[in-house]
Amino acid sequence: MVLQLTTENFDKEVLKSDIPVLVDFWATWCSPCLRLVPILEELDKEVGGLAKVGKLDVDAEYEIADQFGIMSIPTIVVFKNGKVHQSIIGVQSKATLRKLLEV
Amino acid sequence: MKKVVIIGYGPAGVTAAIYLKRAGIEPLVIGKDLGALNDYSDLVENYYGLNEPIEGKKLIQQGVNQAKRLGIQIITDSVISLQQSESGFVLKTKHHTYEAESVLLATGKTRQTVNIPGFDKFRGKGISMCATCDGYFYRRKKLAIIGCGAYMQHELEYLNRISNDVTVFAQGNALEHKVQNPVVMDHILSFKGEDKISHIITDKGEYAVDGVFIAVGVPSSIDFASQLGVIVEKNNIAVDKNYQTNIEGLFAAGDIIGGKLQISKSVYDGMQVADSIYLYLKNKSKKA
Repeated sequence: MVLQLTTENFDKEVLKSDIPVLVDFWATWCSPCLRLVPILEELDKEVGGLAKVGKLDVDAEYEIADQFGIMSIPTIVVFKNGKVHQSIIGVQSKATLRKLLEV
Repeated sequence: MKKVVIIGYGPAGVTAAIYLKRAGIEPLVIGKDLGALNDYSDLVENYYGLNEPIEGKKLIQQGVNQAKRLGIQIITDSVISLQQSESGFVLKTKHHTYEAESVLLATGKTRQTVNIPGFDKFRGKGISMCATCDGYFYRRKKLAIIGCGAYMQHELEYLNRISNDVTVFAQGNALEHKVQNPVVMDHILSFKGEDKISHIITDKGEYAVDGVFIAVGVPSSIDFASQLGVIVEKNNIAVDKNYQTNIEGLFAAGDIIGGKLQISKSVYDGMQVADSIYLYLKNKSKKA
């Protein structure tokens, strides 16, 4: 399951995670973002156990989006050991996202 | 409602149009110019069946004439927006709006890139290529839009809804249409800022900005793709074996999908994608 990230669970699920986490910063009104949904779901099934896949609604959880300076969506950020490892803007293929995760 | 609109009348677009027409589908082909071969200074001599070497733009013009002779509807116009609708796609050109069940992107790669220092650094940190995607982050902020044509106008209309402080930077070019917004004619030298963009530096001074939107020239296929959520990899549009993108009904062929930048390859793409579009339309009408 793709994690629904919020201000409440972000620390626990992402920053304190033992495995890499790929976070999709998105919003309901962003039509390109919706294209990522099936790709994230497939990726999640593929990397289950090795990494986590989550999405964060920049509208509802704007504090987190601001904290990471998100100004364009979709932005995909990979977190490792509580830190931003790398990020990319725009819809990407599953293979590219998997490479970002390096798992 | 058109069955298929083909954007681009180079080798891939025209070949697809010819094969579709033969299959009994009436395509509409919209082209902006003669593409990459227009400026190709050498003669083309490695393409099959040429009696003698031929100028690139002449070959493309002959392709356009060939399509017209076969009764294909082919027009010269610039597509400034491509969006999905419930029944397919809506394309806006400078002068018209068209609806289509399917669209083929065959625009080639003559892309006007933004070659201003700081562009790469601040992309996604204050510089945006898509007003409707990123406008939310810039509500009520001090904005700039770079461009001078119909595409700029289209993006500006959206920006004016989210902020009342939008300045047009026309880079010394005359505007195609008058706008209500302030217009700066200076030439932009660079973008400046720390973590995100803070200023546009021109030959005449500095302008404080929170966000810069790029709408130079006409949008490329890559711009349409990013706005729709099509997967783009290494500046190529990603397609499956049927030349379909990750959006149903949206196809791409020719230079824009990568591979060899050769006329022969684009012609092959055009023939193959015509089959896929034909099958797509056939299956769609079966379902309906």
